[in-house]
Amino acid sequence: MTVTQATGSGSIGVGGPQPDSVVTRWVYAHSPILLLGLLLVLLPAIASDFVLNQIVGWTLILGMIALSLMFLAGYGGMVSLAQMTVAGVAGYMITVLGASSLPSISLFWPWWAAAPLAIIIAVAFGTLAGALSARTEGIYTIMITLAIAVAFFNLTLQNWSIFNGFNGFTAIPAPIVFGINWRAPVPLYYLILFFSALSYAGVVYISRAPFGIALQGVRDNPRRMEAIGYNVTAHRIAAYTFASLIAAVGGILLVWLNNQISPGTAGIEATIDLLVIAVVGGLGHPIGAFIGAIIFVVLRTFALDALVAVGFDGRRFQTIIGLGFLAVVLFSPDGVIGLWQRWLARTRGLSGRKVR
Amino acid sequence: MAIVNGNSNQMLGGGRGADALARSIGHHPVAALMIAAAVIGVLWLILAAWPAGFEDVFGRKRLFINALFNGVTLGGLYFLVASGFTLIFGLMRNVNLAHGSLYLFGGYMGYEAVEWTGSWLLSYIVAFVCCAIIGAAMQVLIFRRIEGQDLRQTLVTLGLSIVFSDLMVWVWGGNTFQITTPDYLMGPIPTPIVVAVKSSGEAIFLQYPRVRLVIFAAAILIGIGMWLALNRTRIGVMIRAGVDDRDMLSVLGYRVQLLFLLVFAFGAGLAGMAGVVGGTFQSISLGEDSHFLLASLQVVIVGGLGSIPGAALGALIIGLSEQIGLVYFQNYATVLTFLIMVIVLALRPQGLLGRR
Repeated sequence: MTVTQATGSGSIGVGGPQPDSVVTRWVYAHSPILLLGLLLVLLPAIASDFVLNQIVGWTLILGMIALSLMFLAGYGGMVSLAQMTVAGVAGYMITVLGASSLPSISLFWPWWAAAPLAIIIAVAFGTLAGALSARTEGIYTIMITLAIAVAFFNLTLQNWSIFNGFNGFTAIPAPIVFGINWRAPVPLYYLILFFSALSYAGVVYISRAPFGIALQGVRDNPRRMEAIGYNVTAHRIAAYTFASLIAAVGGILLVWLNNQISPGTAGIEATIDLLVIAVVGGLGHPIGAFIGAIIFVVLRTFALDALVAVGFDGRRFQTIIGLGFLAVVLFSPDGVIGLWQRWLARTRGLSGRKVR
Repeated sequence: MAIVNGNSNQMLGGGRGADALARSIGHHPVAALMIAAAVIGVLWLILAAWPAGFEDVFGRKRLFINALFNGVTLGGLYFLVASGFTLIFGLMRNVNLAHGSLYLFGGYMGYEAVEWTGSWLLSYIVAFVCCAIIGAAMQVLIFRRIEGQDLRQTLVTLGLSIVFSDLMVWVWGGNTFQITTPDYLMGPIPTPIVVAVKSSGEAIFLQYPRVRLVIFAAAILIGIGMWLALNRTRIGVMIRAGVDDRDMLSVLGYRVQLLFLLVFAFGAGLAGMAGVVGGTFQSISLGEDSHFLLASLQVVIVGGLGSIPGAALGALIIGLSEQIGLVYFQNYATVLTFLIMVIVLALRPQGLLGRR
């Protein structure tokens, strides 16, 4: 039983008259996302480094990790709370294998060895978590993945030999490759943009590929899929593997952006924040993850000042987030995307797509 | 999904249980022999004075016995928390992720009650009533509106837990509170267990905090009481019938909504009482909510979701593994508990005493 049903189509809610040529029709149908992409590519020309990295960069990374959750929940019907943990594993591994402020733990391997291995370890971890929860269904998945997430958080807090306990690590910069210093704001921004666009496109592609269609079949009726010869468990585990790949890349970028990692990076609060992002944005379409992320990042960055300005206690940020999340779950279970789709359907009569 | 049904007779002995036991020994002679050997081994470890060479390998006996006692009594506390959790799930299919918040709230209310009235016993009633009211309000105001939508209910409980924990930070801040043990339960109690032998040949017996043993006994009593209420009373029959088929129960004219309300309030109240126990055993502070949520999750995953005997078994296993892990593998204590969970999930995804 999913909160919302993903539709697996590329664009959201653009109806109206259709031009003739295939290319113009494609451009027209995808105009919102193409415009957004153009804006993001040109952004460094107008935005400050702070906006570039701390607002948009952070949004894109959180969006990527939330995208992996959206993929599992929206297309697979599996709400996994372990995706932030997968990102955390990747982040810790790049720190342990690569460079950091702690020579006693870090191995200082070059990036081309450290980054792929960190991703492989994180994907293996995510796949294992998936294999554990894929045999059970529905709310069991939430419980098991939450237990995995909290157990990993406790491990990072307790363990000093690999994870450096409470302190974590600092000074984990992106490498210098092809003569470009990727830790400088603009190259780092483009690096993040490239990978988040790639994962977005990947999720959209997979959702329409045979595997994605079969996964949505598994979500809707696992028993029937089993009966017509699909291996339900294998599809679920493969979905975890793909989602973990996205989350792992996001985790490494997150560490490079923040230049530090500590237990809180993949802590309980971060785990729940990620679910809030995905659900508030909407599990119906991949773009929902990024919409949720921008709302969260803007709130996180500016809400404190705004709350104080209107006379509230700025420290009650979590309450605002929680109440907002409750409102979305109770009144618009398909998130902001659902609101928008319903609004589109209402303004355009019923000419648009089917709205649940 | 029944709460107790099947295994209940074996659990508490009785004529049929003894027959079944004899039969299963006949069917699995090797397994029965191994279990008997393990039981004798553990009894020897507990009761006998350890020979000298043995202590060199496994550490002091005092350490082991203390870990064992702490683990078992902690298991009693975990049982109190998890039994409410599993009861609510069994009847309503609602994974209440705000259960940890209820535990913490109960602890704070118990602390306030002890501060105001000075009565330790009264604080249990205060905590139970406060949490039961909150639980009842949650059921009436929220869950009744979205009944039958497991995933949405679970997300709502998660949102509530975010809000609750932030509000509790607001009221009680980040301080650690300890509920004062009443005078009549203060101090250690001698037990007939030898922990060491002096050079003069005189045996030293284990001294163990009286309050922990009393609370453990109370947890067992509550467990037996719940079992009796479920199996021997009219309301217990209604609950078990509701677990198996709540639609049928409501068609038969029973007031299912009232039953839901009672069970939710009782489960929440139990969590609140456990908070007072936890505040006396250990302490209550920020973050304990997620600790006990994790404990409840692990207990029911290992024991079997929806089963009271399963919760008892799971609580014992998790409590023991945590304490033994703390003594023998400090850096990786959480990993031990986690491994147990993984092994159970791999072999029996529905939990040790759970039903499919």
